[in-house]
Amino acid sequence: MIRFDNVSKVYPKQTRPALRDVSLEIERGEFVFLVGSSGSGKSTFMRLILREERTSQGQLHVLGKDLARLSNWKVPQMRRQLGTVFQDFRLLPNKTVAENVAFAQEVIGKSRGEIRKSVPQVLDLVGLGGKEDRMPGELSGGEQQRVAIARAFVNRPKLLIADEPTGNLDPQTSVGIMKLLDRINRTGTTVLMATHDQNIVDQMRKRVIELEQGRLVRDQARGVYGYQH
Amino acid sequence: MRAQFVLSEIGVGLRRNLTMTFAVVVSVALSLALFGGSLLMSDQVNSMKGYWYDKVNVSIFLCNKSDAEADPKCAKGAVTSDQKKQILGDLNKMSTVVQKVTYESADQAYKHYKEQFGDSPLASSLTPDQMQESYRIKLVDPQKYQVIATAFDGRAGVQSVQDQKGVLDNLFELLNLMNRAAIALMALMLIVALLLIVNTVRVSAFSRRRETGIMRLVGASGFYIQAPFIAEAAVAGLIGGGVACFFLVVGRYFTIDHGMALSQKLNLINFIGWDAVLTKLPLILATSLLMPALAAFFALRKYLKV
Repeated sequence: MIRFDNVSKVYPKQTRPALRDVSLEIERGEFVFLVGSSGSGKSTFMRLILREERTSQGQLHVLGKDLARLSNWKVPQMRRQLGTVFQDFRLLPNKTVAENVAFAQEVIGKSRGEIRKSVPQVLDLVGLGGKEDRMPGELSGGEQQRVAIARAFVNRPKLLIADEPTGNLDPQTSVGIMKLLDRINRTGTTVLMATHDQNIVDQMRKRVIELEQGRLVRDQARGVYGYQH
Repeated sequence: MRAQFVLSEIGVGLRRNLTMTFAVVVSVALSLALFGGSLLMSDQVNSMKGYWYDKVNVSIFLCNKSDAEADPKCAKGAVTSDQKKQILGDLNKMSTVVQKVTYESADQAYKHYKEQFGDSPLASSLTPDQMQESYRIKLVDPQKYQVIATAFDGRAGVQSVQDQKGVLDNLFELLNLMNRAAIALMALMLIVALLLIVNTVRVSAFSRRRETGIMRLVGASGFYIQAPFIAEAAVAGLIGGGVACFFLVVGRYFTIDHGMALSQKLNLINFIGWDAVLTKLPLILATSLLMPALAAFFALRKYLKV
């Protein structure tokens, strides 16, 4: 699904690489936590997968494609198979819940019939059935994040990338979001989630990848947030 | 779904930047009206130049039957074939001055006159035998007009020797000057219009960065993300082009037909017709559509990551 082969990333005008010599593989259907302090390279790691940035060295395959060889005009096609969720939700404030989710399908040219069918379905899945016509401002943080997850999942991506999805939520709401991500993972979707939330990582007992100053320092099958000795 | 989506995005975008859109419309309209005006002006100059203007420097007009009665220079009667032979022979001897001599018969002269003045009342009253035969001469050095004038003026059978440029040159110079001024002003307005479009696109892209960011992440194609911005610029440009067309039509109407009514005051001049105006309109509309679209496209490459 995702394979890093000795990947390094140096941003222009910076001497210190954001990622150095990272090699790892994430299989289809896995649930992976990406941990590390701020500036450890988590964001770069995800931006490389989304092809927002290009690798400086090494090879990166996503969904079987070598991203360095993927031409620019094919990038959108690749991104349609990825879903993305952020800490700040990134909803459109002037659109309703249903419209926000539908937007992700409209802009890739899905038919109206298809949208009418899949939007209520995915809203039910994230537990927002009946709130289709609410505006994002009227929802709680947890509900807004559910909308964002619905939007990321409505096109049935093979990989869901979540960048600190619980960063703005209280612990109880976070648990709800994690249950939702777990349910999405059980449908066969690979989930890669960057987080600082120690409790969540410790509870879920999933694979943990830790970055430190751009290096891969830990890759543990059923890991916890901190080091275990 | 696609078309509807794009259309609604355009509407929202144009309304959001109403002042900017207005500025774009006005500057595109002005620059293209100037562009069209200068095209029409050069059409006008060309139609006034007639058939021979750019081809020869000096014309030797020969006496015809009606000249023999009216013009003292032709008192000896219409030109004879011997006189013509002599003139042509002398012209051919002056090969250091004369580059090329063309003979125009009365019939040809009539044809060229018809072409230039068309169906004006003056032209319709004219018959071929009222026209003069002539030698049209291209000089090696256009300044040497006097050489021909002294050699042939007053000769038997010659009605007049005319320096082709002398007659209309001053007027044409003025028109050309106006034309160049119009082009310069057009270029300036065009630059203003393009800068405005670039700026509009930048503001527009910035105010919609949330939408475009999401579009990018869910895998909307570059074209799909850019289309609303480009269409926005194109629509604003097209409105400006429409206004420019309106200016041209109204401009011709009020300077030539009515208002200033030049066609009545200067009835010796063959003014350009509506066909000249109408053929410019598609060009102007196409320019008004494509140019802003192109400007927006290049602006997006800078201000909108796809």
